[in-house]
Parts: sequence; C-alpha cells; structure tokens
Amino acid sequence: MALRIFVPRDATACALGADEVADSISKGAKGRGTDVEVIRNGSRGAVWLEPLLEIQTDAGRVAFGPVAPGDVPGLFEAGFPGEADHPLSLGPVDEIPWLARQQRLTFVRAGLGDPLSLENYQALDGFKGLERALALEPQAIVDEITESGLRGRGGAAFPTGIKWQTVLDAESDGENHQKYIVCNADEGDSGTFADRLLMESDPYQLIEGMIIAGLAVGASEGFIYLRSEYPHCRKALEEVISRAEQAAYLGDNICGSGKAFRIDLRIGAGAYICGEETSLLESLEGKRGMIRFKPPLPAVKGLMGLPTVVNNVLSLAAVSTVLAKGAAAYRDFGTGRSRGTLTVQLGGNIKRGGLVELPLGATVRELLEDFGGGTASGRPARAIQVGGPLGTYLPESQWDVALDYEALAGIGAMLGHGGVVVFDDTVDMAQQARFAMEFCAGESCGKCTPCRVGSVRGLEVIDRVIAGREREFNLALLDDLCSTMIDGSLCAMGGLTPYPVRSALEYFPEDFSR
Amino acid sequence: MQSSAVSLQEIVDSALESHLGKIGALLPVLYSIQDKLGHVPRQAVPMIARAMSLSRAEIHGVMSFYHDFRSEPAGENIIHLCRAEACQAMGARKLEQHVIRRLGIGFGETTADGLVSLEPVYCLGNCACTPSIRVNDDIHARVTAQKFDEIMDCLEAKS
Repeated sequence: MALRIFVPRDATACALGADEVADSISKGAKGRGTDVEVIRNGSRGAVWLEPLLEIQTDAGRVAFGPVAPGDVPGLFEAGFPGEADHPLSLGPVDEIPWLARQQRLTFVRAGLGDPLSLENYQALDGFKGLERALALEPQAIVDEITESGLRGRGGAAFPTGIKWQTVLDAESDGENHQKYIVCNADEGDSGTFADRLLMESDPYQLIEGMIIAGLAVGASEGFIYLRSEYPHCRKALEEVISRAEQAAYLGDNICGSGKAFRIDLRIGAGAYICGEETSLLESLEGKRGMIRFKPPLPAVKGLMGLPTVVNNVLSLAAVSTVLAKGAAAYRDFGTGRSRGTLTVQLGGNIKRGGLVELPLGATVRELLEDFGGGTASGRPARAIQVGGPLGTYLPESQWDVALDYEALAGIGAMLGHGGVVVFDDTVDMAQQARFAMEFCAGESCGKCTPCRVGSVRGLEVIDRVIAGREREFNLALLDDLCSTMIDGSLCAMGGLTPYPVRSALEYFPEDFSR
Repeated sequence: MQSSAVSLQEIVDSALESHLGKIGALLPVLYSIQDKLGHVPRQAVPMIARAMSLSRAEIHGVMSFYHDFRSEPAGENIIHLCRAEACQAMGARKLEQHVIRRLGIGFGETTADGLVSLEPVYCLGNCACTPSIRVNDDIHARVTAQKFDEIMDCLEAKS
C-alpha cells in the first residue's frame, strides 16, 4: 500500500511553497522507487510550521515542518519517508504543544484530510448536524441554536438564535414566500484569516451550516459573498458546491427529504465596506455597496426586501457543530456570557503565528507569549491591535485582559473577528493612527458625513499634529472629530475608526510629539 | 475597428446570457467581461445598460465604487501589495518603497512595457507570515525586497 503523505493546499501553505514541496516529494519518491500517495490536506492553521508535512504511520501521523522546497532532498537523505532523524522532525502531530493545547470545535477537522473530498467529510462525522436537522421542525432547529448561546462570529456578536427566530417569524411577501440565507465571507479585517482557513480546510462544514439555516427559517436560496482577494477559497468553494450538488446535499431534494436548498457563490470586488451586512446586500443586488439605514433589519427586509439571515462563515459553520453535538455541549464551552470557542488569529510580528481555537477567556498575554512565543523580530512587543483595522491598540499594561466580548468591552476594546496583530517597538503609533483614518477615507461608502468627511479631515488633523503645528489645538480638534464619528456615523466603519486612533493617542502619546 | 466592436458585442452578449435574470446580475456580468478582456471597455457600458434596463450612470457608479473593476486595460500581470496592519508590522511600508522604485510606477499604474499593474490591497488573509503580495492568483509570503526582485526577474524572463 502506498505511504500516505499530507501536504496542505491552502493559500498560506502555498504562499510558503507547499506546491513545490508536494511536487518534489512525488518526484523524490518516484526516483527512489518508494510508493507514495501525496494528499493535499487542509491546513491545521499552525502557520509558523507551514508547509507542515505529515506522514501516516501505524502509530498515527508524524510531522515535519516548516519544510521549504529546498529541504526535501535532505529529508530523503535522512531516511524520509521512513524513520528520519532530521532537524525539521516534529514527532507525532497531535503532540505538537502549540496544537495539543488548543480545544478545537470549529476547526476540529482542519488538516485531517482532503478538504474537497465529500467522503472525507462524511468519514469525519460531517453532515451529522444536517441529518438531525432534517428530522426536526424549523422551530426546534432555531430553539437549538438559541439554547446553544451561539453569537455571531463576524464581529458584532449578536445572538444567532434571535436573528434566526426573527427570520422564521417574518412573513415573506416574495414569490413562493422566499427567504434567503446569506453567508458573509467578505473577511476584510486585516489580521484575520479564520474564515479563509475554514473555507479552504473544511468547506463542507459551511455548506452544511447554510443548509441547516435554510431548513430552520424556510429559505431555499443561499448566497456566499466571498471577497475577491481569496482566489484559493473561490476554487475550493466552486468545487465543493458542485460536489454537494452531485451528491444531492444541495438542490431540489436534499438527501431525499423533498426540501430544497441551493447555494450561489458571488465574488466581491474589493470594497472593504461590503463586509458590513447591509452594504453586502446592496452589492449582492448588483449595486454600489452603500450601507442601508437600520431598521428595517435584514432579518425583516434583507436581500431584495425579503427576510434574510446574514451570518458570518464561522457562525454558520458552528451551526453544524451545535446540531451535531447538541446545544448543551456547545454552550458548556467558554466563560460567562461568551459561549463556545474563540478563534484567534495571531498575526503580524509574531514568532509562532496562526489560528488558535480556545474556549473564550484566554488573555492577550497568554496568546502572545505561550502561543506566539514573542515577536518574529525578537524585539520587545509594544502594541497589539485586537479586532481588525477598527480595533483598539493595546499597550502592555492591558495585555492581561481576557479575550471575551465583555472583558474587552470593559476596557473600551472589542474582539471583532478575533484578529490579534502584534507590533514590536519599532512601530510608530502616530503613523498607525494616521493609517486608520486614511483607510477609512479610502473605504468609506460615502453615505454619511461623519465617516466620509470626518476621515479625510481626521487625516489632515493627524498630519498637522505629527508636523507639530498647533499641537494642543489640533489634538482637541481630533478628539472632538472622533466623538462626532463615533456618535454620528451610520455603521461601524466611521463609528469604530476612532478606536485605533484614540487608543494610539491615549497609550502612546510620545509618538505624536517626536 | 469594426471587427473588434463586433467581438465586444459578442462578449457582452455571452456575459448577459450567463447571468441575466439572476439576482444582482450586474457584478457577475461585469466580472465575466473583465475575465475575458482584462477590463470592461467603455463601449461595453451602453450595451449592458440597454440589456439590463439601467442607465449608463448607474453602471459607471457601480464600476467606480469597486476597486476591482477597470475601464482601461491592465498589465500582463497584476501585483497586489498588501498595505494592511499585519503586513505593516513586518515591514510592508519599506517593501512598498522598494516595489515602487523597482517598478517605477505608483499604485493604480501600469509599467510602460505593459508587464505589471500595481494595486494596493488591504489584507490577503495571510497575516501570520507577512509581508504578503499577490501576483495574479498566487500569494507570496514573507516578501523581502530581494524576494520581490526574484519574483520580478521571473516575470520578466517569462514575458
């Protein structure tokens, strides 16, 4: 039997040379007459070990990493793929502390097999949640989600059950009482890649979650709105949607139940604002991605004015876990009101970055030091931005805060989509504050004045502060402008841009008076 | 000119045929044309407008709202340089200066030989091994000035 060797296929592993590694292994094995099957698995999210190569043995899988294309001949010389005494040897993959210390729920299948293989997904307990949902009444599915305590993973943390109940209860005046499921896969926050990893490493989980959502609220049409910056994801989703259709998990008669659900994959066009749900809906309707006033909520009047569930990728994926394992099992992960797991993405200047899934409640410092191993540059860490480009910059004095929604809100920060970006002591926080305004000016949809004009004026005022012109006056002006943006903007873009700006000013004032 | 106008009409018609009737067909239609031609020529706008009962202004409004749609031809290769925070934390600002020097163009521009168009991007989801760039559909990680030069040498050799 051929020896099974796993080489990840996701965008990050490929960016680090996984395709070339897979190719050299096939060629190297052939040259030595070794019978090898190279399987392109999903990534486990240990980016610092990518490309992470795994070999199936009788005692489980053993790993090597990070394997650069140039390392492969040396590996073969050391005895690979048999017992190999090599500096890149990591031993049994399940015993790598960085992975072993995680508690994976949503990412439990990531890396185990070929993510595009439907059979692989079924063999790993996939579609168990759907099986159960097919036997339940819509209200019972919604109740299960409500009881699980699942909160939206996109950033706003809104209880998913309440959203679904609203859509279930809403009357649709569309043709055939149509309602819609929309998956927000416009993961634009810098420092976040959990959605991408899920869609590339376990994409059927998202498909399953969307079908369950459709059954729960009575929707037979679903859309995935994927950002164009994720070409690998696009290929993976196109493939799994087509395979799920062939296997009758999607279509007019899901698993012979007589119920219908279809998924249409749509590609965004490079507008950050389309991650905001109403802007996303406008974009799906083929218009400029201008945000809408709320109310009405999308749950009542969403896509084409009809009741619509808009959920993030991880929220929809978690749905399949909730249904498969039961509401109580999901709820009992986590702390206080923050239920389930947290998927932190450790990025920026970090030695051991990647995706860390833990029960909610770990501290920033634990992540930085225990998982991250400090900065990549080896210099002291100075600022950590939590929650994407609209998130607060935290100084060391705040790193003992727990990463859950309430604890972060308590210090004026937010968890957002779980991005944690580390900067070392060479960072110029005045430039980071300036960038926050610059980004907002570039990406504002333009609908409301505080965001559209405020960000441009904010940029100008920060430039005057940096240049040392009427410093006190301009700092007061900037603070006033930030208040106007927070209180007066229609959505989070203008409303949160002041957070990185104000935190940079509050915690790193010395950078503004150089 | 006559023949290229005919073929443009054919491309537009085929895009419309694939997507007309769908919810929000305009973006897929524009993408379908751009995938074939590398941009959406100005002459295509009235054709789309007529078929979709939209005004030319509405189509212009949509095209200009999104960063990805182009009215002018792009270079043979499109390089997206990530300017977002996780890349900044690993030296993206310095890399950006190098890229602009090496290519001799700024963002939104195409080199004189038509080899490369340079675009900014705000996150490629590759945040734990930065700085990142995207060359067409390939992502590159931990890009240094030297690594960028190697990528460019490779593109130049291929053309």
